[in-house]
Amino acid sequence: MTIIGTSVRRKEASSKVTGRARYTNDMNVPGTWHALFVPARQAHAKIVGIHTADARKVAGVQTILTAGDLAPLLTGDVTEDRPPLAKDKVRYWGEPVALIVARDESAAQKAASLIKVRYRPLAVVNSIQDALKANAPLVHDNIGSYTVATPPASPRKHSNIADEANMIKGDPDRFLKKCSVRVKVQVSLPQIDHAAIEPRIAKAEILPDGRVLIQASTQSPFEVQKQVAKYFKLNPGQIIVQVPLVGGAFGGKAAIQLELLAYLASRAVGGHTVKLVNTREADMATSPVGMGMEAEVELGATQDGMIQAAQMRFYMDIGAYTDSAPRIARAIAAQCTGPYNIEHLHTDVFSVYTNHTYTTAFRGFGHMPMTFAVERAIDELAKALDQDPLRLREQNALAPGHLTPTKARLTRSNLGHLPLCIEQMRRVIRWNQAAVEPIDAHRVRATGVAAFWKTSSSPPNAISGAITLMNSDGSVNLNIGAVEFGPATKTTAAQILAEQLRIPIDQVFVHEDVNTAVDPEHWKTVASLSTYMVGRAVMDAADDMVRQLKSIAAAILRCSPDDLDYGGEKIFVRDDPTIALRYQDLALGYKYPEGDSIGGQIMGRGRFMIRHLNLLDQQTGHGRPGPAWTVGVQAVEVEYHRITHQYRILKAATVLDAGQVINPKAAAGQVMGGMNMGLGIASREAVHYDAQGQFLSNQFRSYRVMRVGEQAEQYLVEFVETPQVDSPFGARPLGEHGVLAIGAALANALSRAANIPLNVLPLTPEVIWRAKGGKAYGAL
Amino acid sequence: MRSLTRPEEVTLTINNEPREVIIYPGETLLYTLRGDALGLTGAKPGCENGDCGACTVLIDNIPTKSCLMLTVEVEDHSITTVEGLKHAPIQEAFLSQSAFQCGYCTSGFLMVGHALSLQGAADQGRLVEWLRSNICRCTSYQEICDAVQSVVRSEVE
Ligand code: FES
Ligand code: FES
Repeated sequence: MTIIGTSVRRKEASSKVTGRARYTNDMNVPGTWHALFVPARQAHAKIVGIHTADARKVAGVQTILTAGDLAPLLTGDVTEDRPPLAKDKVRYWGEPVALIVARDESAAQKAASLIKVRYRPLAVVNSIQDALKANAPLVHDNIGSYTVATPPASPRKHSNIADEANMIKGDPDRFLKKCSVRVKVQVSLPQIDHAAIEPRIAKAEILPDGRVLIQASTQSPFEVQKQVAKYFKLNPGQIIVQVPLVGGAFGGKAAIQLELLAYLASRAVGGHTVKLVNTREADMATSPVGMGMEAEVELGATQDGMIQAAQMRFYMDIGAYTDSAPRIARAIAAQCTGPYNIEHLHTDVFSVYTNHTYTTAFRGFGHMPMTFAVERAIDELAKALDQDPLRLREQNALAPGHLTPTKARLTRSNLGHLPLCIEQMRRVIRWNQAAVEPIDAHRVRATGVAAFWKTSSSPPNAISGAITLMNSDGSVNLNIGAVEFGPATKTTAAQILAEQLRIPIDQVFVHEDVNTAVDPEHWKTVASLSTYMVGRAVMDAADDMVRQLKSIAAAILRCSPDDLDYGGEKIFVRDDPTIALRYQDLALGYKYPEGDSIGGQIMGRGRFMIRHLNLLDQQTGHGRPGPAWTVGVQAVEVEYHRITHQYRILKAATVLDAGQVINPKAAAGQVMGGMNMGLGIASREAVHYDAQGQFLSNQFRSYRVMRVGEQAEQYLVEFVETPQVDSPFGARPLGEHGVLAIGAALANALSRAANIPLNVLPLTPEVIWRAKGGKAYGAL
Repeated sequence: MRSLTRPEEVTLTINNEPREVIIYPGETLLYTLRGDALGLTGAKPGCENGDCGACTVLIDNIPTKSCLMLTVEVEDHSITTVEGLKHAPIQEAFLSQSAFQCGYCTSGFLMVGHALSLQGAADQGRLVEWLRSNICRCTSYQEICDAVQSVVRSEVE
């Protein structure tokens, strides 16, 4: 292998350092009209009236839509419960209530300021606790009437429970009681925002022939195509979705929201091109965020630290609408043990409606908050047993032959090697058995660890494809349906193609954007699955090209295709490589010296469909949620001040089983960026609501993410390489994983340093101070 | 007296070139730069209130958030956008350190890093202080700091 395993530069690198990389909002057709929505300024209220007459008088305003102007429509990834514009009542602060289309932005803004919505406030469901109270106000009055478009989901009638997923394995009640050591941990995590720096945007245009053109910053172009078709009774083929480079996504751009509004806006003005772009405030408060969670995890173990049984309850604050919550709930249920073998298990996951901003996938698809809960419990168990926390994790690690909570059988190939990761981590962070080391009178140094595993939770029929076209010089154009939003997805695909065709990487040209009209379908660019799925399709396309090259070369060279081999951009006779044809001689058909020609353009078709997956059984939770898992261990070293509760993050480290690393630098960058995000989330990020449910943190000054100088002083990444045999070159997914357990590792470090269990995020000095009893500083 | 509401023609010095554009007095520099007339879309809107730095350009070689500046304020100043960087060392440094992923914050960080490199020597504290004005959601910042450090240091040597 010459290209796999090397740090090739990402294909769009030079565009990105020259300002030439183009994102959706960088390409505007002159004459585009502006759409703007009016957000609710109540979290839960009946809409009594919407006064639009004054706004309509603003020069340049083309139309104003409210729910009353639209045919009844409910949308949703799983349960269809969300109207594109609030109907009858608003369910969260920020929910779109009216949609304005105007010639320009300022007219739209002026009109927005003139729209008066009259509300009758309802009691606000402002927390999971509020939602679960007896006689709680209902966020949705009649959830029993909703269509579950993509089962499974089990809404509970006349309640705020949008879904409930359960998992039972063995006999947890009996075995938990028998355990000599038991720990119970309750964690509480706020909602968080994806905070991609590019705000979400969608443009729509309807052509006179009925085709709908949508351009958007989305991770799911093919899903946008299908959903727009379904909701507006069009044929999917009529709908063309184009996605340029995307400026960060993190799961937040997998949800479909602005695309529907942009379509409605365009339709209302005769198909004119309309653009709808979020302000930062709308991107945070109106578009979906990441879920909050309250969870309780109880673990039981033997005296020598073998975990026997567990009982877990997860309550997710999914906000006002379901979106993908039931799928996330099942992902949590399926991996709820963490990468540990626990024979007896009972887990319930509840998706709870509140009057908060609705939620969608967030990097890790539920595994980050789930891992936080489980890894806090494991660390408390280590403390209760007085055991080395890494050793405890190692001795309970899942191994080939074990069954996952959903009874999927594990092999070395689909599981990877956690004990090797742990072994390597000891060296990487110079493991001191979690001892707390004093630095001076007030400061101590401590290290926390946590492990993770994750699989894709993809639908059992997820597909991908690749189309490759050879140019006259023998170079190859590669078309795939995966979006580029940062992880070098397209470059990875190019590496796989170059390796497989044995051509230099700069002979591969990738289409930076995705266009559903020309690119083969790719399920969604989510779940870190692109290397696996796209990669397999690309290999298939490369093989297809090689077959074509060989068959035409065989005719020209008068031999059997079996006599031929390839390399160096040539097809040659295996035992005499001087008898050869260059790719460029065959690319567009071969011209004989006599002038006549045969063949045609060399073009490869590659397909891939995920196999052997199934949906989890609703009663038992059994099934197979993904093709393979990625395992790893993370560590954080902190310096903590015992009086002020402030801390510095000295080191953050990840050792992850990556299978074969395709691009070491890109892979390390993904993991480092993930750690930084995870540490930001664990240390400072939180969506805050006031007592009326108003979203308070809708700017970067109120929703604080990591900035330079706050990151760990050192980021360390190492890989273990246990091949996943059915993946291209054995590579495993790693895009999301840096984020998964790093928050837990931070909490574990601080819990040791502060000598108190810290189970509430974000871990600000104030939160630690409260956990310590919240007393005055005394001597200070 | 200049009108406060009517469009007017102004001359801006952008990337060392005089450019005549018609603007509204209330227009932000970010808006003008990205508009059809100039098409300099390297500066990105990320928050339009000064928090994220994706819109950073240089005004007389000082990093400035173009979303917080009115175009009329910079008529007599020199504006440098990412499109004006021609093989600047900071660009090479970003490439070799892989200091970006999605790339949306990159123009802004490049401009801060470039300005720092023009300042000559800068200690770690200064570097952190300047780079704190911008947000990257993808990288760990270590890559960005390393890249900037490398061009700042080369100025010292
Ligand atoms: S867009 Fe100017 S600082 Fe964010
Ligand atoms: S590279 Fe994506 S925000 Fe910085």
